[in-house]
Amino acid sequence: MEYFFQQFINGITLGGVYALFALGYTMVYGIIQLINFAHGEFFAAGGYVGVIVLSFLGAHGYMGTHPWLCLAFSLVLTMGYCAMLAMAVEKIAYKPLRRSTRLSVLLSALGMSIFLQNGLMLTQGVYDKAYPTAFVQGGLDIGGVRISIMQLLILGLTAVLLFILNALVFRTRIGKAMRATAQDKVMSALVGINSNRIISLTFAIGAGLAAAAGIMVGLYYGAVRYDMGFVPGVKAFAAAVLGGIGNITGAMLGGFIIGMVEIMAAAYVPHGGEYKDVFAFIILIAVLYFMPTGIMGENVDDTRV
Amino acid sequence: MAEPILEMQGVTAHYGRIQALKGISLKVFPGEIVTIIGANGAGKSTTLMTICGIVRATAGEVRYRGEVISSQSPDVLPARGLIQVPEGRRIFPRLTVSENLDMGAFFRKDEDGIRRDRDLVFELFPVLKERRRQPGGTLSGGEQQMLAIGRAIMGRPTVLLLDEPSLGLAPLIVQQIFRIVKSISEENKTTIVLVEQNANLALNLASRGYVLETGSVVLEDDARALLENPDIRKAYLGE
Repeated sequence: MEYFFQQFINGITLGGVYALFALGYTMVYGIIQLINFAHGEFFAAGGYVGVIVLSFLGAHGYMGTHPWLCLAFSLVLTMGYCAMLAMAVEKIAYKPLRRSTRLSVLLSALGMSIFLQNGLMLTQGVYDKAYPTAFVQGGLDIGGVRISIMQLLILGLTAVLLFILNALVFRTRIGKAMRATAQDKVMSALVGINSNRIISLTFAIGAGLAAAAGIMVGLYYGAVRYDMGFVPGVKAFAAAVLGGIGNITGAMLGGFIIGMVEIMAAAYVPHGGEYKDVFAFIILIAVLYFMPTGIMGENVDDTRV
Repeated sequence: MAEPILEMQGVTAHYGRIQALKGISLKVFPGEIVTIIGANGAGKSTTLMTICGIVRATAGEVRYRGEVISSQSPDVLPARGLIQVPEGRRIFPRLTVSENLDMGAFFRKDEDGIRRDRDLVFELFPVLKERRRQPGGTLSGGEQQMLAIGRAIMGRPTVLLLDEPSLGLAPLIVQQIFRIVKSISEENKTTIVLVEQNANLALNLASRGYVLETGSVVLEDDARALLENPDIRKAYLGE
C-alpha cells in the first residue's frame, strides 16, 4: 500500500509537469486551430534559460545564501523570456500564414521546431547540462511515503500556476476576450477585440507555462538536453488530446492522467519501466480511435476555450 | 440637410473572384432609421460587413463621421460608435449571457456606466437577467436575438447596424424586438441601419429605404413611397 501511495505521489508530480506543458498546445489550438509543433522547444528553452540563470547566480555566490530567491528569480526571467520567444515565433512563422491553409502553418511550425532545436544545440552543445540541485535535496516522510522537497515544489508551483491561469481565463476581461476570440473571430472583431493581440498573448501564456515545466523537469532530473522537448512534448500533446484539444480544463486533467498512467505502468506492468514512454502513445492512439473529442471535448469541428 | 454620419461611395467587394457588391452608394443621416431591403443574396449582409471592415472594399470609400474608414482595422470601429448586430446573431456560445454582454462593452473602461447599461439591458429584456449565468448557446433563437441587441447596446452605439433581426423568430418576438429597436432610436438618438427581408416591417419602421438587387442599389426613396410603389409591393411585399 505504501508502494502504491509512493507511486501516486510520483504520478501527480509528473502529471503536473505534463499539465503545464499541455496547456500551451490546447490554448493555441483553441484559438487558431494549430498544433504548435514548436511548443516543445519553449519547454527546452525554459530548461536552458533556467539553468543558465541559476548557474550565473551560483557563480556569484547567491545560490548558497538565497537558493529559493534565486529559483523564483530565474523562474520569472525564464517564463518571460520564453513568452517573448513564442510571440516572436508566432509573428515570424505563423502570422503571415494566417489566411493560408492549415497545412502550411503546420509545416511552418514543424520548421520552427527544427530551427529552434538546432539553434539550442549549436549554442549550448549536444551534452547534458547539469542543474544545481543541492538546495532541493531532502524531503518529508509520511507513514513510509516519501515526498521530496522537489516534488512539493513542483506540486505547489503547478497548483499556483494552474490557479492563476484559471482566474485569468475565466474571471478577467482579457480572459473573456480570449475565449470570445477562440469561439468567433469575426464577432470578436465586431465588439472591438484585436485578435492579433489576443493570439500573441495566448502564445506567450502557453510558452510561459511550458518554460516553468522545463525548469522543473531540469531540477527533477538534474539535467537538461537540447532535444528534451521532443518526447515529453508528444506526451503533453497526448494529454491535450485526451482532455479534448482546445479545452483548458481538459488539458490539465489529461496531463495528470498521462503522468499517473506512465508512473503506474512503470511500477506495476512487468518490465513496464523499460518502455514507459509507450503508454502515453497507447492512450493517444486509443483516444483518437475511440473518443476523438477527448474527455471534455464536445465537438471536433468546434473550438472550445 | 446635415452631413451624413455614414456614407458609402461606389463601394465594390469580392468573395474570391465573385463580385458581391457592384458599386454601392448610400447615405445615412444622424438619428434616422434607414432600411436596406432585398432578396437573399442581394448583398445586404455584405454591405454591412463591408461598412465594418470585415469584408474589404475593393474599390470606393466608406465614410463614417466624415472620415474614410474602409482601410481601417475592424476592431477599432466599435469604440467609435459603429456597432453591428450581425446576421445569425453570433452569440459567443460558451460564454454566459452576462459575459456576452461584457464583451459588448469590451472597449469601455467606465465600470459604473457599464453596470448601468447592463441593468438597462436587463430591464429591456428581463429574460436575459433570469438566464445571465447560462451559456449563450443554450438560449432560444428569440433570446439570442435579444442578447445580440443587448450586447450591441452595451457598446453605446452612435450608429447601430442590424442584420435581419426578425430572421426565424415568432411574430410576437419580432414585434417586441422591433419595438425595442424603435425605442433605442427615439430615446438615444441612435442612428439605425436595418437590413431586412421582411420589407413590410422594415419600411414601416424606417424613414428611408434602399432596395438592393444582385449587389447594386436599384431604388432609394422615402419608406412611405417605397411601401406604395407597385413594383416594390409586387417584388417584396407579396402582392
